Amino acid sequence: MNKFRYLIARRIVQVLILVLFIGANIYGWKILEGNLSASFLLGTVPLADPFAVIQMFTAGATIAFDVALGAVIVSIFYAIFGGRAFCSWVCPINIISDGASWFRKILRIDEVEHRKYLGRNARYWMMGVALLLSFVMGVAAFEMISPVSIVHRGIIFGFGLGWGVIALIFIFDLFLVRHGWCSHLCPLGGFYSLVGSNSIFRVKYDVDKCSSCMNCVSICPEKQVLNMVTKMSSFVDNGECTLCARCIEVCNDDALNFSIKSFISKEK
Amino acid sequence: MAISERRKFLLKTAKAAAAATVGGLVWGVIANESKASPLALRPPGAVDDFLQTCIRCGLCVNECPYHTLSLAKIGENVAYGTPYFVARDIPCYMCEDIPCTATCPSGALDIKSLLNEKEEFDINKSQMGVAVVDHNNCIAYWGIQCDACYRVCPLMDVAITQEYRRNERTGKHAFLTPMVHSDACTGCGMCEHACITSKASIIVLPREVALGKAGTNYIKGWENEDERRLIDVSTDVTTQTDRSEKRVSDYLNNSDLFDE
Repeated sequence: MNKFRYLIARRIVQVLILVLFIGANIYGWKILEGNLSASFLLGTVPLADPFAVIQMFTAGATIAFDVALGAVIVSIFYAIFGGRAFCSWVCPINIISDGASWFRKILRIDEVEHRKYLGRNARYWMMGVALLLSFVMGVAAFEMISPVSIVHRGIIFGFGLGWGVIALIFIFDLFLVRHGWCSHLCPLGGFYSLVGSNSIFRVKYDVDKCSSCMNCVSICPEKQVLNMVTKMSSFVDNGECTLCARCIEVCNDDALNFSIKSFISKEK
Repeated sequence: MAISERRKFLLKTAKAAAAATVGGLVWGVIANESKASPLALRPPGAVDDFLQTCIRCGLCVNECPYHTLSLAKIGENVAYGTPYFVARDIPCYMCEDIPCTATCPSGALDIKSLLNEKEEFDINKSQMGVAVVDHNNCIAYWGIQCDACYRVCPLMDVAITQEYRRNERTGKHAFLTPMVHSDACTGCGMCEHACITSKASIIVLPREVALGKAGTNYIKGWENEDERRLIDVSTDVTTQTDRSEKRVSDYLNNSDLFDE
């Protein structure tokens, strides 16, 4: 149980958010209304997906006060505290991606082949293309095809053919690239990587306690962020860390833990 | 020849750019396809650049007490994730407090456009669409008595009126036929919902699809207000022909006008 404490907490948070959204849609609960694109917290605080708002702005839309404020609130939260926690604590695609990754392990796919088809910087290209297409076409381009939107909107408001997208991501992640969508392609993940790169809530690595078993690196969906492991004690500073805490759970030496990094002094 | 770092970098950049171009093209085609849904009816107060402004949060759908609105699902041929309604299934019941429009956080539904002179909510100002009658299949036009759409219209005798006409075939009956007035029709769709023919003979279409536009060549000279449409019209004549060199009175009085 101790090995899965954060995983269970994440699943609870992810499902709870969806349940609150569904409750708002079906029973009219006033706790969290809308969906991950834009919502109202407790009927008053506006929240909005900052990347969607930026796309809409690029597309030439007039941004209304509520969504602008919502986007600012969400951005500030992740910039100061959350880092890229959206990806592993909120986004429903994370469940699919983790599921596919788990199946890869069972089927021992990673042991058979190690070829890398896709760079992790592809997501920043996707971000650029999303903004360019939004500008050219005059609509928020990523929102048109976003599996993140399709899945959470599908769960809350009904799927249509959206089930296919779940299957698509699962198959892609299972057979083509491990964590292919979330850790390579998703421009929203890239966006939150940039926004949250200086947040204070971080995983901290202690080389003195580490027995170099590499459990953390093998479980990590964004292996590049753990480049300090076995080398030196430091915060996991890379914004691409999703704070999923799998590394903390699998560590048998207590070498990894959540910690608060001072915003100003930049202590190492 | 040794492969320099520079060559590697250039190749890597070119590969990424190529992938982005190919992916972007496919993506653009998909997104452009899903953008084209001209027949979807939008909630009241939808602004002109609705697709651009709507953030697809579904708050309007949550608020709708009649389950009229739904967010477009994939495969429904409406821009994915945007709110719309199918009048034949559930029309807009014209709530006086307009909860869908009032809740919109993105400004895609503009409550200000639905305020009357007294700054009160006025759902009758909404322009969701306009009803169109199929004269050949509407049984009232056959001479059979039906006034379902006329009776159900929330703006009865304003948006839909009944026209009376003698039925020459029987010689002793009247046609009582529905007539839609597009200036008053809100596009709520209650008429389409109520229509008794097996497929509705009065349907609601988006206004930009169904309505014509007279342009500036024709003006209602008997209405002072209508002249305003000419305010911004340019009076420069841009068409140049052989006749442009002469004054109109000259070439019209010329006898060989038809011989040119």
